[in-house]
Amino acid sequence: MKVNLNVDVHHLTRVEGHGNIRVRVEGGEIREARWDIVETPRYFEVMLKGKHYTSAGILTARICGICSIGHCLASLRATEDAFGVTISDAAAKLRLLAKHGENLQSHVLHVFFLAAPDFVGQPSVLPLIEAKPEVVQLACRLKGMANRMCDMVAGRTTHPTSLQVGGVSSVPDKYALRALRDELDRSKMDLGVAVELIKTFEIPDFVRETEFVSLKGENEYPFIGGRLVSSDGVEKEERDYRAMTNEYVDDHNTSKWTKLSRESFAVGALARFNNNAEFLHPEAARVAADLGLKRVCHNPFMNNVAQLVECVHSVYDSIRLIDELLEGGTTEAMVPVAPKAGEGVGAVEVPRGILYHHYEYDDRGRIVRANCVIPTTQNNANIHHDMRSLVEQFGREGMTDEKLELLCSMLVRAYDPCISCSVH
Amino acid sequence: MKYLGIEAKRPRIGVFDFTGCEGCELQLANKEETLPAFLNAIEVVNFREVSSVRNDHYDVALIEGAITRADEVERLKDIRDRAAVLVALGSCACFGGVCRLKNAYDLEAANREVYGNKPKDTLPARSAKEVVPVDLEIPGCPVSKAEVERIVQHVVWDLNYRFPVYPVCVECKQRYSVCMFEKGHLCLGPITRGGCNAPCPSSGLGCWGCRGPAADPNYEEFFAMAKERGFSEEEIAERMNFFGGFEGVL
Repeated sequence: MKVNLNVDVHHLTRVEGHGNIRVRVEGGEIREARWDIVETPRYFEVMLKGKHYTSAGILTARICGICSIGHCLASLRATEDAFGVTISDAAAKLRLLAKHGENLQSHVLHVFFLAAPDFVGQPSVLPLIEAKPEVVQLACRLKGMANRMCDMVAGRTTHPTSLQVGGVSSVPDKYALRALRDELDRSKMDLGVAVELIKTFEIPDFVRETEFVSLKGENEYPFIGGRLVSSDGVEKEERDYRAMTNEYVDDHNTSKWTKLSRESFAVGALARFNNNAEFLHPEAARVAADLGLKRVCHNPFMNNVAQLVECVHSVYDSIRLIDELLEGGTTEAMVPVAPKAGEGVGAVEVPRGILYHHYEYDDRGRIVRANCVIPTTQNNANIHHDMRSLVEQFGREGMTDEKLELLCSMLVRAYDPCISCSVH
Repeated sequence: MKYLGIEAKRPRIGVFDFTGCEGCELQLANKEETLPAFLNAIEVVNFREVSSVRNDHYDVALIEGAITRADEVERLKDIRDRAAVLVALGSCACFGGVCRLKNAYDLEAANREVYGNKPKDTLPARSAKEVVPVDLEIPGCPVSKAEVERIVQHVVWDLNYRFPVYPVCVECKQRYSVCMFEKGHLCLGPITRGGCNAPCPSSGLGCWGCRGPAADPNYEEFFAMAKERGFSEEEIAERMNFFGGFEGVL
């Protein structure tokens, strides 16, 4: 029997921003299988023109309400690259600590509040407050800790205040750092429970081979700056990010699309795992093995699992950073900044994948030209091609419109898209 | 929900996002220690970013983001028709926020620069009240969840809420922060509406005025003081126009 299927999702729920899914199968033939971004464009690259370097990080943080710390850090790195500023060791550690806080906050939000309801057959996390209070409380504890961590190190989780060109303007004292260390230590138990919980999730058995792009680890699991690498063997310098992204405009999307060696590529936790798993903290590597995550994994639904693995890594690595900061006894983490004409690029691994900011400055420290390439922008074409492949693999006899709609929605959610970001 | 045997009103709330970063919506899910109590005090019936339930019968509509495209104008009008109370949540909805910065540029040229020969639909950014009547504005980039909680407490117990009339400076002093002017930085704290608990000056960033003007701000004295400390009118104007709350002042 030839199947007929019809899925039409206008403004998909439980994702950041506005996107539509359209699938049409007639007599067993796929007529349409699309993922389209319809978010309103904001033209940040144009707004940045003429802005002073001290406001670039503040403005670009507003590209995204979830990964504003990542945007701010990429912005600072681009500006510091242009001016030839080298930040202190303590500032670099504090920034990485803020980055871990953001990764934790964003991954916990996604795994528990946005993705998990699909795996337990609920429309949202709200009914779980009564049905599964212990799970919601656990998620709230982890998210709360991550938010307090960001507040302490970056000044604020959403739209950071103390991450500034030249370093970090406000250094947490040793009492605050010790309290945070204790809280991180206690969260290991919650993460252990979370691992057991995610084992009960039925991850769809779907595979489409693709290319994975991320920072390249040299000595550690990379988050801020360094060389760029793809699983197809492409390697570039940070400043050659354009050759790694190749953005182009699609007629149906307000987000641009990108490509490298194939028709699309993927970025994010799964890409980082696939390219850099050998640098994970041993405990995170153990959890990955426990959850059946093996490189190179081409099942996009496993991004949910990779995010939890990264949470474990971030907790352990944050404890290491705090110990080093306590030993160093830092009170000041800013170096002087002198603006000059030139260009700079900053690449940072934010929760949803690798992010690039690129600025050209005049000699007064004002921006002449700016370019930002967003992780979800890089993922959108890959999601679109996954969608067709998913329909090919699952759009068979016995499939219903409702089941296919859920599968397609889960596929998009697995990428944890940040759609407003991708249309910045 | 009961307190002293009195049943509270539990308003049915819809949350709707327009052009912005969705950071203000995210604040609604933050402050985890009181999140269950917060969610118990209201009934969330429509919140796309958090839930797949879509119910068009709500008392209060929270609007996030600026209005920057024709379809958003229609959507906002439809929500206005359905909601008894319409609340602008965050600086983008209240003033246009950073989205408004694009209005200073030629939008056709902006479109060409970003999208080449495939331009996308866009309009100059507007606040919610420039499109439909707005009943309450909660400013901030992002909004302060503690302030949102205070407002919700007032709503469920049927009390009038009054925003602080004092500027950010008051809360900054309450946190024993060193004045940003003393550190050599420009700060809009003396003229910006308090209520945020001064997160920026307390961590080494001068206030950028995201909450708009305090009641009866003394601009003249502020400009004189800032200029005396070496800040140019251009610098002050650029800062005041960043989030749109002081539009037309400088």
